[in-house]
Amino acid sequence: MSYKIGLDVGSTTIKVVVLDTQDNLVYKSYERHRSRVREMALEKIQSLKELLTGHHLRIAITGSAGLGMAKESGIDFVQEVYATAGAVRQYVPSTDVVIELGGEDAKIIFLKGALEERMNSTCAGGTGAFIDQMASLLNVDLAELDRLSLAHDRIYPIASRCGVFAKTDIQPLINQGAQPENIAASIFQAVVDQTIAGLAQGREIEGNVLFLGGPLSFLKGLQERFIKTLELDGESANFHPLAPYFVALGAALYSKGLSGYRSYDELEQIFTQVLAAPQEVQGMEPLFADEQEYQDFCDRHAATAVEQRDLSAFSGRAFLGVDAGSTTTKTVLLDEDYHILYSDYVNNLGNPITAVKRQLDEIYSQAGPGLTIAGAAVTGYGEDLIRAAFHLDFGVVETMAHFTAAKHFDPAVDFIIDIGGQDMKCFKIKDDTIDDIVLNEACSSGCGSFIETFAKSLGYPITEFATLGLFAKHPVDLGTRCTVFMNSSVKQAQKNGATVEDISAGLAMSVVKNALYKVIRARSADDIGQNIVVQGGTFLNDSVLRSFEKELGRKVVRPAIAGLMGAFGAAIWAMRNAGSQSTVLTAQQLAAFTHQSKATVCGICTNHCNLTVNTFSDGSRFIAGNRCERPVTGKRADVQLPNMVAYKYKKLMSYTGRPGPRGQIGLPMCLNSYENLPFWHTFFTELGFEVVTSGRSTKQMYLKGQNTIPSDTVCYPAKLVHGHIRTLLEKGVKTIFYPCMSYNFDESISQNCYNCPVVAYYPELIKGNVPMDGVQFIYPYISLNDKKIFEQKIIKYLNEYGFALTKKEVQQASEKAYAAYDAHRADICEEGMRALRFAKDHHKKTVVLAGRPYHIDPEINHGIDKLLSSLGFVVVTEDCVANLANAPQTNVLNQWTYHARMYNAARYVSHAPGTELVQLVSFGCGLDAITTDEVRDILRESDKLYTQLKIDEIDNLGAIKIRLRSLLAAMDEREKEHAN
Amino acid sequence: MPTEHQNKPVEFTPAMREDYTILVPMMLPIHFEMIVQILRESGYRAELLRTTGRRLVDEGLKNVHNDTCYPALLVIGQMIDALKSGQYDVNKTALLITQTGGGCRASNYIYLLRKALRQSGFPQVPVISINFTDLAGGTGFKITPKMLIKIVYAMIYGDMLMWLRNQCKPYELKKGQTDKVVDRWIKIMNRQFSSGKFLRVGHNYREILEDFAAIERHREKKIKVGIVGEIYMKYAPLGNNDLENFLIKEGAQPVVSGVLDFCLYCLKNGIIDYKLYGGTKGGKTIKTLSLRYCQHWQNQMIRAIKKHGVFTAPTPFAELEAAVDGFIGKGAKMGEGWLLTAEMLELIQSGVNNVVCTQPFGCLPNHIIAKGMMRKIKNKYPQANIVAVDYDPSATPINQENRLKLMLSNARLTEEFGAAPAAGKPKPILDKTEPAAAISAERDQRETVTL
Repeated sequence: MSYKIGLDVGSTTIKVVVLDTQDNLVYKSYERHRSRVREMALEKIQSLKELLTGHHLRIAITGSAGLGMAKESGIDFVQEVYATAGAVRQYVPSTDVVIELGGEDAKIIFLKGALEERMNSTCAGGTGAFIDQMASLLNVDLAELDRLSLAHDRIYPIASRCGVFAKTDIQPLINQGAQPENIAASIFQAVVDQTIAGLAQGREIEGNVLFLGGPLSFLKGLQERFIKTLELDGESANFHPLAPYFVALGAALYSKGLSGYRSYDELEQIFTQVLAAPQEVQGMEPLFADEQEYQDFCDRHAATAVEQRDLSAFSGRAFLGVDAGSTTTKTVLLDEDYHILYSDYVNNLGNPITAVKRQLDEIYSQAGPGLTIAGAAVTGYGEDLIRAAFHLDFGVVETMAHFTAAKHFDPAVDFIIDIGGQDMKCFKIKDDTIDDIVLNEACSSGCGSFIETFAKSLGYPITEFATLGLFAKHPVDLGTRCTVFMNSSVKQAQKNGATVEDISAGLAMSVVKNALYKVIRARSADDIGQNIVVQGGTFLNDSVLRSFEKELGRKVVRPAIAGLMGAFGAAIWAMRNAGSQSTVLTAQQLAAFTHQSKATVCGICTNHCNLTVNTFSDGSRFIAGNRCERPVTGKRADVQLPNMVAYKYKKLMSYTGRPGPRGQIGLPMCLNSYENLPFWHTFFTELGFEVVTSGRSTKQMYLKGQNTIPSDTVCYPAKLVHGHIRTLLEKGVKTIFYPCMSYNFDESISQNCYNCPVVAYYPELIKGNVPMDGVQFIYPYISLNDKKIFEQKIIKYLNEYGFALTKKEVQQASEKAYAAYDAHRADICEEGMRALRFAKDHHKKTVVLAGRPYHIDPEINHGIDKLLSSLGFVVVTEDCVANLANAPQTNVLNQWTYHARMYNAARYVSHAPGTELVQLVSFGCGLDAITTDEVRDILRESDKLYTQLKIDEIDNLGAIKIRLRSLLAAMDEREKEHAN
Repeated sequence: MPTEHQNKPVEFTPAMREDYTILVPMMLPIHFEMIVQILRESGYRAELLRTTGRRLVDEGLKNVHNDTCYPALLVIGQMIDALKSGQYDVNKTALLITQTGGGCRASNYIYLLRKALRQSGFPQVPVISINFTDLAGGTGFKITPKMLIKIVYAMIYGDMLMWLRNQCKPYELKKGQTDKVVDRWIKIMNRQFSSGKFLRVGHNYREILEDFAAIERHREKKIKVGIVGEIYMKYAPLGNNDLENFLIKEGAQPVVSGVLDFCLYCLKNGIIDYKLYGGTKGGKTIKTLSLRYCQHWQNQMIRAIKKHGVFTAPTPFAELEAAVDGFIGKGAKMGEGWLLTAEMLELIQSGVNNVVCTQPFGCLPNHIIAKGMMRKIKNKYPQANIVAVDYDPSATPINQENRLKLMLSNARLTEEFGAAPAAGKPKPILDKTEPAAAISAERDQRETVTL
């Protein structure tokens, strides 16, 4: 008999199927390979000796990690999507669309109509692995995650582009006490959205859909989300019992077409040779040259220990510090001499309240009667929640807590880097104040916990995994972008035969390089500082610590309590500010403590924040997820601080059309509309059109247009355009005007007046990707710079659509349009001046929130302006102050109008007391790679702080809030110093 | 008003012509060998950087904002690496880069390079820019009309050699023979640029064609794969991980259109800009004239290939322009603009249905002109099999390879089954394996679900 073998070597598992002559499945297996690809392949074949001996064998290899093995063995390789298509064609030919989710790949195959096969782009990897990671974040196993998700009653919006983003979204939900059921379902929904947005790329998923791959066959909750989202009925959604094996089956079927047979012995020999073949190893230098070097390293770092005292024997004043981090909760109790009486570092298992309660319980049970907690402070993500729950005296901004702690170990510290499970924080210290803060952008976060998750997925506990790396011979270079990229780099390394040791060391190097080159963007050790303190749980990993010193070429201080620094700093803070007795819950009060949380949506304003309402046993409540104080206090803030972002937005939203003889014309409220609406609105209204705009951006609107986005790495403001166009279509507009504009108005502050390529030509993309049957989409290339030329051109373009406009009409309308635009600009500048005067008169701090015109859209800025207001800042926009300064000489090509405004604004801020600049940058904005450095340089020259906020569809202000509070704290400190 | 912020760029002065070595980063391996030779024989001590390897990427990562596009990172990495190599006297070295200008961020390369030079301790090194819009010149470096004509011809000869190479190398019987012919002709042309014989185009074209035709080739039918993309990623082996040779190794025939089209596109944009937005007419006349001449020269080469009759000829620029009508407005002029869309369309219209679209990760214009146009193209040409491949410092070759292989499988699948294969009868699968072998979420979730 002849057998066909399909061998599917995935990123983490190996699947084998054997088909007999009649294509019956006689063997199948599915196992994790733990990077032991070659060993497993041989073992697999050997274990089938009985079955295979004496038969004619054909074999094909497939899978993302199978390519290397195929090359080495000379066995035929079949591309995995091709293999899947082959299997589907044979077994489920009625299929129209295949959706397959694997560990790191997501694939979609359209079989009907034009054949299309797609895999996730380099940026959107991680699906199965992502779910794994999320499950471990919630501390449940996958079966539990699945069960939980089925009992959800609401879905939270979670960023759907890549795993790291989603993680940043989920974490605060956990910290706010959102129900695990809802989080679980939201995770699955994120995977669904990712698949649709990233893969379908505008092509409708309809007809019979076959779902393949592990996650989709095991996870009912994920299936449910797909069915619901794609609006499939029971018949059209197919889940095959052999779903995880389809790729392997496809390979087996493919092998049919191959010539020649092999015997079992030949196969065994081939795989033995593959295993024995010397592996091409290219790696980096080992972390330690020898044992001695390692010993020196250990001795040096042992010097930073902190003395402990016995809590039970202690009597006197003590100070509590809590660091409610994203994944862990740290607590430290200090005596007045900085000795540690108690410390604890736990994974908060998604519930920081329980963790702190347990820690407090323990303190009270260990302590003797002489203990007086005189002061208690909390810092970290969960600051507000923990402070409210346990009545702690102080909340400390994370940055200040860490600085305080670091100073204890090195009074001359001028640079602190903290790498935790989820985030990375770096502070530069100058003149004893925090001079610069760098937090990791959502895209390079997750590094610490990534090592942990990776260790787990390879089957090692983290401590063991970290030690493995110390003596790796050839650490692999895994790149520096984000965890998703690292996944595929590891794949590549495995393919090249790297050992687990090499991978462990390579991951440590990656985390370090990420921190240095991605987050800090350092060029040399001197760029960073002379006295560096490293901390955070990740630095307890000696491989990471060593990599850091090695990469930097400088010795650093790692306190032995590296993981506790936030709590340590908070405790010191409490000590310095303490009265006689802390308000923290007493042992008695603690015993009666209970906590409940409920999810709800705030209906007070159009932001519709997802609120989590926490209720405690003493009847007090804590609300999380809000952007302003209104759901808490029930009223607006007492003093309305001027906020130019809100002012500009309101002004634009007040434009309404009036019925006209020429009928309706739709203008999408996106990208350049935030600048040019006054012009176009007036122009068309004067011509007798009823102007209909698409109105406010919302998340729902975004989702409506999501499936027509062809490029998933474009910025969020551009992605929103699709929703705006859909909205106009739904409003029944028959004509939409959305011009292509290479150029902006020339404001004479730059060498040219370009728009960015995306803003300039997005109408072309809309025309090509959004179906608009029966609608005239008018998208001429036009410039507004020369009124005369504009009039000549626009009449021609519009009359092509049969509007029969006369020259005179157009001239009159354009006259008014230019005037309206000028008036609009003048009003904004005037209002901006008023805001600045207000700040001066009332001694308020001012922030210039600098970005593009469309950054005033609350769906894009996520209410950062309101957050700034709530912190007591007067908020003005870059265009209000751009004309208050001369154009700076830039070191980059200053040729984009909106950039030029930012440079001018930075110049203005340089000389404005009590004023700082915060730059909003949309993720994916390539131009801002240029502007951010330049704006920073301009500010730095005048010793101003530079704060950059990267924003995306992520609707979460947690990290941003820390940034802005730190900015405020830094400004306060500078002021204090100035006063002295 | 110069401020403390401004760092005055170092000029390349006439005096520097004497003893400064001018380093030229690699982009088009065939063309640049000739262009550098033209610079040399015009009195500049130019040297082409042929360095490769991860080192260059790392140097780029250290010196350029990591979110900047990959080509900038590579070009700047290659230059800084050269300066650090110790092979050149850094006080007697200048750098040359080519720039296109316009609304794409690529117009900032020179500024980024200068910044990188300051930051890595080479503030004294002057940068020369060759460009179409004169963004940043230097008094000591001037392209004379004579040089310009030679450079245009170098592009035409280069385009021809590249074009023919890709039609021979996949089929050559003796490995390496095609590349030998290419190398020989680069040498011949380099001599001719000195002697002036390069103008004997009719003669040269014939000889080149004869030489390529003489390469022994097998007649096996191969899948043709077009390469389009951002200009650096499209051509530079350093950027695209030697894509042309990769495709050849995978049994396909690459189809790579010439770089002259890009120059013509830049000229054309000036004319289109005038048409769309008005402005001075002066530049327009020169551009129209240059465009006409270059097109004429390009057509001579095309006619020669057609007349010779052995090889497929490239498509004239005028036809490229026409191909794009109804797909994208010619006002889209940032980056590769409408040209990239045109190239995809031209490939498909000429029967090359498989297209690799190369781009730096996060390339702004390509959101529109490449990824943004694919749906429109596929709607009209359902057989189009286009794969977009992103390149960046961390994207692994395996990731790119996998995507390319998928595209190639797609191509073969389509060849096998046609564009829309009819559904066959379902063949039920009989699972004769032990139930114990089945996996369930209950048994070992973490172990099983991650494939």
